[in-house]
Amino acid sequence: MRSANRKDLPELPNEGLTYPDTEYFCKTRPVPVEPHFKAMEQVRNWARANSLSIQAFGTGCGAVELRPLMTARYDAYRYSVTGSATPRQSCVFVIGGYASVKTLKRIIVSYEQMQNPKFVVGLGSCTVNGGMYWDSYNTINRIDHYIPVDLYISGCMPRPEALLAGFIKLKELIKAGKCEGANKYAENFDWYKANQKKVIKNWNMPDYNW
Amino acid sequence: MSEWLVRGGYAVVAVTVAAVYGLLLGGIIARTLARSQGRIGVPVWQGFIDVFKFAAKRTGISHGVMFYLGPVFRITGGIGTLLFIPMLYDSEVFGNFHFAGDIILVIYFMLFGALGMALGASEGGHPYSVIGVGRGLAQFAAFEVPFALAAISLVIQYGTLSVYEIVGAQQGGIANWTLITNPLATVAAMLSLLGSTGYSPFDVVGSPQEIPIGPRTEFQSDFIGLMQLNRAIFAAAKLVLYMDLFFGGATNLIELMVKTWAIYMVPIFVAASFPRYRIDQSIRFFLRVPTLIGIAAVILADFHFNAS
Repeated sequence: MRSANRKDLPELPNEGLTYPDTEYFCKTRPVPVEPHFKAMEQVRNWARANSLSIQAFGTGCGAVELRPLMTARYDAYRYSVTGSATPRQSCVFVIGGYASVKTLKRIIVSYEQMQNPKFVVGLGSCTVNGGMYWDSYNTINRIDHYIPVDLYISGCMPRPEALLAGFIKLKELIKAGKCEGANKYAENFDWYKANQKKVIKNWNMPDYNW
Repeated sequence: MSEWLVRGGYAVVAVTVAAVYGLLLGGIIARTLARSQGRIGVPVWQGFIDVFKFAAKRTGISHGVMFYLGPVFRITGGIGTLLFIPMLYDSEVFGNFHFAGDIILVIYFMLFGALGMALGASEGGHPYSVIGVGRGLAQFAAFEVPFALAAISLVIQYGTLSVYEIVGAQQGGIANWTLITNPLATVAAMLSLLGSTGYSPFDVVGSPQEIPIGPRTEFQSDFIGLMQLNRAIFAAAKLVLYMDLFFGGATNLIELMVKTWAIYMVPIFVAASFPRYRIDQSIRFFLRVPTLIGIAAVILADFHFNAS
């Protein structure tokens, strides 16, 4: 649909795939998409900020703090924060704490399946610098090296109130047009991919998940 | 020529009103359910923002022609259903297109969207979509039976295949409503409505826990926005059809809104009280009591109204 010309870009090698998987996945690279009609972008950003659907994928222990958000006590729905069962329809990805290398693979697949614009919230200290797992053999330290993050909510664990405050801050950032993570990922795709492949030894998935 | 232009304009007005009303109704229902759970809930206008947000997505993934056509078929089914039902009785603007035999066309149109969706979702290639489509069509086949029986009962009762004439026969007070004159058909159809609105206990088609939202799993961006818009239009169309067939129709928009809201509260109350059925349980449910009530309605209508 609305996309830049991808034809002159080099194809992705997809070296991790074997036949018949090579037939199923596309070799096209992501490209940054500039919005049409810049004047409308403010209205669109307002709509994006007021309809945050979180991807229902708890990537670490911090995900337990997401559940109470939806209950009567905290009720994130009143801030238009809802859950979405599939990455295709969600726009906010909450990285729930430490990410083991095994989970990182799934994080990358899910993140790449989300549609531009998409927003990432790093929850807990582990996403900032590794936290208490900083010298662990199987977790990564900075999620920022693997996918672009828009907002961090630090703490171990942050309380649901802190999460709500974080979502309100995220809304402000989106309205100000500062959350361009998807374009940033496409612009620096090679750097992110190199970082990802450095830690994921058994890379058996396509280089970009459409 | 100019007459057709005017009627086309009226049709656009009717569809717009139905879409706005359907989206607002969704918000009101979400808010009502939230209150019953002790929450405040989403703003009432959340549906509009969601549709706009999906339309404002910058990228979208397609899996082929049928994938594009799935949501298009879906919205065709929604608009088609709406346009052959008189929204308001005896109204120039909201009278829509009606002709002798439109009740059969409407029953077909209700299935049209689901079939188109099945083709589109299958092209998406996602296994969960296919599971959702299979469950959706199975359940659809089950809850269509009591509704079709109720419709046959009404056809025998009023001796016409036209929704417009059925509404006309019910004018002049609550005693003329099908609800009073043919309660068995009304009960069978209301039980069928529980399935067709897709709320709990019949929400297994789009079950967000085990198969992420069923047939819609793979749809994103504009596609899902279009489908949400259709959900609103189709909900409004279905409610208007039920109001026309069983609750005496409406002569002004306020009456329409009050009646359709009241009809919609039936599945909502059931949804707030009962957990989900598995697909085999839900099919068995529809093929037992509601179907028997529907058959009884047909037989009694034949004895009672067709005696001469």
